[in-house]
Amino acid sequence: MEQLFYYKKNAKLWQKVLGYEMTSSGWLSVFVMGFGQFKNKQKGKGILFLSIQLMYLMIEILTSSLVQGTIPGQPDAWGYGFFARGLWGFITLGDTTGGRFRDNSPVLMIEGLIAILLLLILLMIWIYNIKDANNTAFIYRKTGQIQSSKEYFKHVAESSFAYVVSMPSLILLLFVSIMPILFAFFIAFTNYDAYHNPPADLVDWVGLINFGKVLNLPGWRTTFFGVASWTLTWAVLATVTTFFGGLFLAVLVNNHRVIGKKIWRTIFILPWAIPGMISLLVFKNFFNQTYGPLNQMLGMDIAWLNDPVLAKVTLLIINFWLGVPYFMMLMTGILTSFDKTLYDAAKVDGASRKQMFWKVTFPILFSQVTPLLIMSFAANFNNFGAVFFLTNGGPRNINYEYAGHTDILITWIYKMTKDFQMYNMASVMSILIFLIIGGISTWNFLRSDAFKED
Amino acid sequence: MKTTGSSKWSKMTPMERMKEVVIHIGIYLLLILVAIVILYPVIWIVGSAFNEGSSLASSTAIPRHPTLHNFVRLFEETDYEKWYMNTLMIAVLNMAASVVLTGTMGYVFARLKFAGKKFGLLSILILQMFPSFMGMIAIYVLFLNFGLLNQPLALVIIYSAGQIPYNTWLVKGYLNNVPISLDEAAYIDGATKFQTYLKIILPVMFPILTFVAVTQFMVPWFDFILPSFLITSSEKKTLAVGLYELINGQANNNFTMFAAGAVLVAGPVAILYLFLQRYLLEGLSAGANKG
Repeated sequence: MEQLFYYKKNAKLWQKVLGYEMTSSGWLSVFVMGFGQFKNKQKGKGILFLSIQLMYLMIEILTSSLVQGTIPGQPDAWGYGFFARGLWGFITLGDTTGGRFRDNSPVLMIEGLIAILLLLILLMIWIYNIKDANNTAFIYRKTGQIQSSKEYFKHVAESSFAYVVSMPSLILLLFVSIMPILFAFFIAFTNYDAYHNPPADLVDWVGLINFGKVLNLPGWRTTFFGVASWTLTWAVLATVTTFFGGLFLAVLVNNHRVIGKKIWRTIFILPWAIPGMISLLVFKNFFNQTYGPLNQMLGMDIAWLNDPVLAKVTLLIINFWLGVPYFMMLMTGILTSFDKTLYDAAKVDGASRKQMFWKVTFPILFSQVTPLLIMSFAANFNNFGAVFFLTNGGPRNINYEYAGHTDILITWIYKMTKDFQMYNMASVMSILIFLIIGGISTWNFLRSDAFKED
Repeated sequence: MKTTGSSKWSKMTPMERMKEVVIHIGIYLLLILVAIVILYPVIWIVGSAFNEGSSLASSTAIPRHPTLHNFVRLFEETDYEKWYMNTLMIAVLNMAASVVLTGTMGYVFARLKFAGKKFGLLSILILQMFPSFMGMIAIYVLFLNFGLLNQPLALVIIYSAGQIPYNTWLVKGYLNNVPISLDEAAYIDGATKFQTYLKIILPVMFPILTFVAVTQFMVPWFDFILPSFLITSSEKKTLAVGLYELINGQANNNFTMFAAGAVLVAGPVAILYLFLQRYLLEGLSAGANKG
């Protein structure tokens, strides 16, 4: 079926999408979904497409004031149906403040996004419906045969198995992951902050002003570059230290001289098996300057978590304690599955133990864990727990806007939203983080073999 | 190693034997040092839980007069029991939902050919890079509209959706190492795709699905941000939020109670991890083979 359908190289985009030759069936389907299929004598398929369109229409009509009725004094927009109101809400973000008919901008934006996503799905079905009508008519013209609806549904059931079984996941992702991300994305272009607090106030679109603030206002600029550079340093150091620490422990336990490997390993993975939040809160108290047992034990008064530089170092040390077991387990898994003949070959060539490790073991190990290193880097970049539970960003930094010395981008964003309601600036930062981290990771994954295979 | 060890010793010159002994001592000193560094905070927190006083300052690693007082207080003075049950319920449901969802997603992406596969794989990967709680306001409003706010079980929806990207990649990586001839043999015998998945692939996926199950079971015990945004009433809280609030700002008053609560959570979790070590190891290496 697909092979009969030909494209010309110089066809316009819409021709490529809808089918190079617009047949009369295709045109019918442009106006009413399913009509082209009826003309092609494919009743079942036609009814399916038609009912989808009717369903959307019914939702629109049933939710509008045509059915719901109006309340005295109600603004026009309140009488629109679900989709019209959604689009109106997304574009205007509401126009009435106060009183019974006040508009709630964030709610309007979310409803608008849901309406837009559902309409995009309709658009896709609609294009597919035109394409399908065209295709069938075209094949009929060439071969004189028409696939019955029954055959079609059978074909669909078989070929679309992948879509059918992943549908629950896709719907969940659409509404719980994608929609919120889009929402957060659009908030960056509004003035939704502590001074515009819905539902008392309306929120408005402001364009790129918030992005300008990051570049132009000294306070924001200093904070952004300060926090971003510490975040990068933190992510690199946290990943590198735990990686080599884990490697060292794995090799140490793997040494042929060690007896009771299993017991040692079980002790060493303990930090991984304890919920991170609990360990972090314990360490926060452990390193407490006044009451903490560490200072009492040492008989000293060291400001582990209260001095800007020392706090960062302590953070890295505690993260090391928490993160080493993961890499130790990982390396152990890889080391034990190593091909022993490699070493025999190296021995024949007269390599020393040291050489064997750095020239044979390490490169193979490294190439195997690269994707996980990237993920680990990304995880550390966004390691909310480590900073939040240990220092909560402290000690204070008077030059920063809403951030402390040890705040990384993610905890800064959290503070901006939860404590200071700076939703728009938080969104701007999220987009910037996303561009950095998403860019690095995507670039790396696109180059990986796993991706090329598919 | 032990058996060959003795014959090795006898073949060595005294110099070599000395060197071996020094290396042995060095290695074991290192191992013991690491073990102390790891175990000390653990022992200290367990010890604190059985300490008499309530403050951080007075608690010691080995309690002078061990008591269960802190555990009693935890159950009498806080909603600990309810937090525990809430979290346990979320954990079990999240585990089940996640295994079903990612099991099928992993299978679909590893085995089936369909339009938009590459795009799908890349987009679920990129999705994961976005700071998840940035969507929190949207989720808050969404939950508000559907009456799901302050309902612990609704968190399962977010957790099980959130885990899809990472775990799909993991399961897919694992399945890529399973020969496709298994599927083909089933097709030849006339099995449908669904039957093949259920009867052939699902049993093969057992180790990696255990990994997904264990890691997803753990999520609600540690997660703080989501429940702190979406749950407000004390008795509906999860453990992470409850414990955090117990200690936040007044560590010196509630510390031993917190320690007791922590022991009750971390204990079972750690035991589970230690028992399932093998699967966790396999799951991790499966992820590593992707590259």
